[in-house]
Amino acid sequence: MTWSWQGDGTVILVAMLAGCACALVGSYLVLRRMSLMGDAISHAVLPGLVIAFLITHSRGIGAMLIGAVVVGILTALLTQMVARYGKVEEGAAMGVVFTILFAIGLVLIRRATDHVDLDPSCVLYGNIAHIYADAFHGTPVALKNLAIVFALNLVFVVAFYKELKVSAFDPGLSSTLGINANLMHYALMILVALTAVVSFEAVGSILVIAMLIVPPVTAYLLTDRLGIMLLLSVVFSGLAAVMSHLAVIAFPVWFNTPIQPDTSAMMTVFAGLFLAVAIVVAPRRGLASQAWQHMALRLQIRREDILGILYRFQEHLGDETAAAMPTEELRRIFGHGPLTSYALRSLRRRRLTVKIGGSSLALTEKGLHRAERLIRSHRLWETYVAQHSDLPLDHLHEPAERVEHFIGPRLETALREEVADPQADPHGRSIPSGHPEKND
Amino acid sequence: MIRGPVMLLVLPALVTVGVIATATFGGDELRRVLSLADYNTRIVVLGTTLLGAAAGLIGTFTYLRKRAMVADALAHATLPGIAAAFLIVGQKEIVPLLVGGAIAGTLGVLCVMGLRRIPRIHEDAAIGIVLSVFFGIGLILKSAATQLSMGDQAGLDRFIYGTTAGLIKQDAWLIGMTAVLILLTVLLLFKEFRLLCFDAAYARSLGRRVRVLDLLMMALVVITTVVGLQAVGLILVIALLIIPAAAARFWTDDLATMTWLSVEFGAASGFVGALISGSYANLPAGAVIVICAGVLFFFSMGFAPERGAVFAWWRRYALRRRIGRQHVLRALAEHEERYGNLATLPLARLQQTRSWRASELRTLIYRCRAADELTIDPSDNIRLTPTGRVRAHRLLRNHRLWELYLIRYADVAPTHVDRDADQIEHVLPASITVELERLLAEKQTAIPASPHPMGDVS
Repeated sequence: MTWSWQGDGTVILVAMLAGCACALVGSYLVLRRMSLMGDAISHAVLPGLVIAFLITHSRGIGAMLIGAVVVGILTALLTQMVARYGKVEEGAAMGVVFTILFAIGLVLIRRATDHVDLDPSCVLYGNIAHIYADAFHGTPVALKNLAIVFALNLVFVVAFYKELKVSAFDPGLSSTLGINANLMHYALMILVALTAVVSFEAVGSILVIAMLIVPPVTAYLLTDRLGIMLLLSVVFSGLAAVMSHLAVIAFPVWFNTPIQPDTSAMMTVFAGLFLAVAIVVAPRRGLASQAWQHMALRLQIRREDILGILYRFQEHLGDETAAAMPTEELRRIFGHGPLTSYALRSLRRRRLTVKIGGSSLALTEKGLHRAERLIRSHRLWETYVAQHSDLPLDHLHEPAERVEHFIGPRLETALREEVADPQADPHGRSIPSGHPEKND
Repeated sequence: MIRGPVMLLVLPALVTVGVIATATFGGDELRRVLSLADYNTRIVVLGTTLLGAAAGLIGTFTYLRKRAMVADALAHATLPGIAAAFLIVGQKEIVPLLVGGAIAGTLGVLCVMGLRRIPRIHEDAAIGIVLSVFFGIGLILKSAATQLSMGDQAGLDRFIYGTTAGLIKQDAWLIGMTAVLILLTVLLLFKEFRLLCFDAAYARSLGRRVRVLDLLMMALVVITTVVGLQAVGLILVIALLIIPAAAARFWTDDLATMTWLSVEFGAASGFVGALISGSYANLPAGAVIVICAGVLFFFSMGFAPERGAVFAWWRRYALRRRIGRQHVLRALAEHEERYGNLATLPLARLQQTRSWRASELRTLIYRCRAADELTIDPSDNIRLTPTGRVRAHRLLRNHRLWELYLIRYADVAPTHVDRDADQIEHVLPASITVELERLLAEKQTAIPASPHPMGDVS
């Protein structure tokens, strides 16, 4: 298929506008943990559309909008009512309300089929292919409407930035500041309904639901700041629009099939892909980053445990000079896995241990220092636990073994004061002296 | 609360009401439908009734486990599976499509559970993500099937919107088998499911495999959804999984009763809904079934004893009224304490003792007078009757005892005790009053003096 700015450009623009308009209001839905309100409203507006049609006998956008907004507010109100007066959990309340409204819509449609040309699947899928065709006969109406809704959402989000922020994160605080959180809630619901209805005809309700939730969640994984989250979610929506349409065009060529998927359906898939990538690579919260942190911690603990063993070996021999321990013995204790090998290598690289006689390992002075600190933490903790709990002697080692890696200089000083600076731990072994502040 | 054999009558009662309502309003083919003479009607009614029962049964547990909306994600997630199976098998063979749907639905549930474990993705977002992305993939596969002209799209659309009237014997069998499967599982694992719903942490501590149980529960939901799709469609099967259970919850606190009620509500909705839609032309059965369930839900929410909104509202109203009357009596008692018995208090001054609206106070006074607690003369002077005086003194005494208790044992400043005591005095039972007397070493009948200065109303 050949590229045409008029056709393809318009389709991309329409998809972008719909996606970005949804992402703006969707961010607040996600933050308020009401993502499914978008789902509920986009299904529940069906009876509103049909009633508006039955009254005005036209598919004009004005009547549709009024019908949708009224039912959208009704959905939010009923959900709140069922949750409050029926003490039904919020999610379930939503499920009860929107499915009933949807069913009413279906009945109305069927009863009115004689004089209505309204297809529920039009709401579900939208018809972005029509946009492509319409684009060659002047600017499509959907484009204009979507531009207006996007502008409206943008103005709302910018103008009420502070109010929305406070009421999303702390409704209690917002009340004390004189911001009516409930009013913000309903304003948001009106915008969700408006955005949904305007987008339906172009891109379908599934894309609306996807864009209300997926790009904001993606952005939320990547940042802690609301402004940046809004910006990112809009960027992701826009990017999804562009890439999905390009993919749709490329699809028949790449896979050598006559199949050409729908741009809006493809867009939900791209939004999902972005989210999947973010879940993996997000800084701090991403799976990769968490796995890396976990690995680094395990490595550090393994290194410290090796130092601890070397120290105890040396202490056992009663030898102040370097007592070497065979590497093979260390491997036997800590396992032959790559973690041990890497820990051993990195200990040597940091000059904490030194190789003696080709296959044995001893502490350097720096290593001794570090090991002393660890053993001090371990034995101070044992002493502390022995003094403050009824654990028997042979149960002290386990908790200390776990906690020793996380005792910093300040905690160590506090422990030392708490146990009145003893010379020996409960097992009678000496606690290495030294000043924690001096150590690196 | 509903319990015992009454429960057995719920379903017949609901069905009778439904049939009478249908008959009253009349339908085009009413008699034929009501007599179930038509083979097709029998199949459809049987199928939807069983589906309602099955969904109501498993829905009880997902509702209590607070997983109601997972059904939403799951129902949408079946589409890619159905479409993919259609593409692979290439014909509208029902079993492969259902298997495909079940696989994709299970995958969707697993995705929801996995996404929830990621920081910052909450339950609601996880559900929304899965339902929209899976459905998007499903739409792509579906349009592929259409464009490859592998058959009419209606075959797949059937699963999205459902065609109740098109139910055949095989479908009814499938639904029946699902219902039996769910029933057996629930009977076998009732104790486990109960534990899972009310205290999952405790279940884990008892060594129950919480995750396996959760998966099993969701698997049953998947099966129900998949067989329900072609009967009532994607959105409405969600409704059947949520609404009967939510409606049953209003009537009882007992799990077995609730489960039974939910089954009855689901079955009644299925039966009556199919009947109504069969009696009129142009009524989609799935939607009518859901509307029937909705009527049951809102009726339950309104009129169930104890948990219903109307009775709860009435109880709150009655309590407010009682408290208001007690406030009137206490104000009069304090007035008498100051100016001697038989002193009358003009209405205007009584009104200044509290933030009463004039109309509200007047209503309260009339109620007190009806209970022979006070008299009011034509110039609005109020005086306690002997009956009222006894009650008023008891109230005042409770109030003062509580104030003294707060001052002596809770270190509350004397200037702050009035309000606290004001709230508690209405609900002090006799046993606590006796305890207070003992603690404060007060005599049985005397009213202690106020521990704080009394504001005078002038």
